[in-house]
Amino acid sequence: MRELRGHPGIGPPARGRALVARDGFSARYDLDREAGRFSRPAHRLYGQSYVGRVLVLDQAKGGVASAWMLQEMVACGRAPAALLLNAANPVLAQGAALAGLPLIDRFPLDVTAAIPDGALVEVEPLTGTVRLLDG
Amino acid sequence: LMADGEAVGEAGLALLERLAAAPPEERRVRVPTVTDPRGVDPAACAWLRQPELAPPREARIVRALEALGVLLTNTCVPYQVVAPPVAGEHLAMGDTGSAIYANSVLGARTNFEGGVAALWAGLTGRVPRYGMHLDRHRRGTWLFEIDLEPGDWAEWGAIGALVGRRMRNYLEVPVLTGLTVRPGSDELKHLGAALASFGSTPLFHLVGTTPEAPDLAAVFDGPPPAAVRLGRADLEEFFAGFRRGVDGVDLVVFAAPQLSLLEVERIAGLLDGRRVDPAVALLLALPPAVAAEARRLGLAGRLEGAGARILEGVCFYQMYAREMGVAMGWRRLVTNSAKLVNIIQGYGYQPVLQPTEACLEAACTGRLP
Repeated sequence: MRELRGHPGIGPPARGRALVARDGFSARYDLDREAGRFSRPAHRLYGQSYVGRVLVLDQAKGGVASAWMLQEMVACGRAPAALLLNAANPVLAQGAALAGLPLIDRFPLDVTAAIPDGALVEVEPLTGTVRLLDG
Repeated sequence: LMADGEAVGEAGLALLERLAAAPPEERRVRVPTVTDPRGVDPAACAWLRQPELAPPREARIVRALEALGVLLTNTCVPYQVVAPPVAGEHLAMGDTGSAIYANSVLGARTNFEGGVAALWAGLTGRVPRYGMHLDRHRRGTWLFEIDLEPGDWAEWGAIGALVGRRMRNYLEVPVLTGLTVRPGSDELKHLGAALASFGSTPLFHLVGTTPEAPDLAAVFDGPPPAAVRLGRADLEEFFAGFRRGVDGVDLVVFAAPQLSLLEVERIAGLLDGRRVDPAVALLLALPPAVAAEARRLGLAGRLEGAGARILEGVCFYQMYAREMGVAMGWRRLVTNSAKLVNIIQGYGYQPVLQPTEACLEAACTGRLP
């Protein structure tokens, strides 16, 4: 079992299958939040469902709307299980805190290269720990 | 404070109404708190075929915010129409375009305070001390040599986009040098809004123009990094990337950010003597304060007489754009806003970035020039 350690994060522990891409993240810019899918054609995860997945992406992008939207996504049951990023920003931190959505960032290596797509991972924001359970 | 219905959602509305139900002495903001655009302009809502849930949800958000003592200015350009922040002033701005303008152009200090973070700042009169409030995060980390003379607002936005794309995290601060033309407020508005949108960037310095960058030495600790050069060819390539294969147009949008009175005047002048093609929608998103002035000065009448539609107190991408596009049959969107072309792709539109005059040509002929 491999373990990664990022900066202590936000939200409760979580577990899920990783959905990985070296691309950005904004709830307003990138997602069809009704369908639970990436809807921005230029995004590397275009067309893919993120519901229940541990999203592993490069960095927060775009505007402030994610700070509200993550809460609504969680309330509707159409949210990722967790967010793992190389670099979050205040907006995603605020959104994750309001939503109770697990978020960890700032790993010592490129997290999008360290976690294989589809891997089962366990996320522990309190300590910033990510465990690859079957990798 | 951004709190349009689409962003807030039902869960956010429940939170706002819970706060609004508190006793008056416990629920008033302690510092002036103003709002970003709404999701609905009641005068345009039916024509735009917005979802039925939109107007009542918006009305409830407005009632809740009023109960908290929030001023419903409904603008994403408060620095142009409410009160320009002052150098050194500590703010909590819940709008990336306003934040980057306040930090960069005016020397004020704010982070991106999304959603409730801005509201908590209003209610407490306090904001966490981090990021852009601290001197050490306001120093340059990138140098860009701008080897072209931007003209139209679309070109200023495109420069912001090209710089923003390269930013890898919130604390990277780009420094731009080499510009030989002097920008005004609207030019820097488009530059900053696009930079914040394509990156996640709250601050830039423009050497010789913005207050913290009188010269290179003032803005870097030690020698500046190697410069990234941006030239006319980079700009052309950026514009061409959106144009790919698109000739026809369904709608033309001037928004993101909302327009200043001076932008409205220029567009009205360019449209004089012309008519918008009946098969094309031409939309302008205005702050309520600018809409009132545009009416008083006869600009609104000239625009509407030519077939344009003025949207008041909203911005295009905050209006349930996906549902609106489906209901109106809108897909091919032409705009001079680099920020809007970035946002709106994920909502099912095919956006094309064009200079302002080309946008109006498209609106009047139904084709891209």
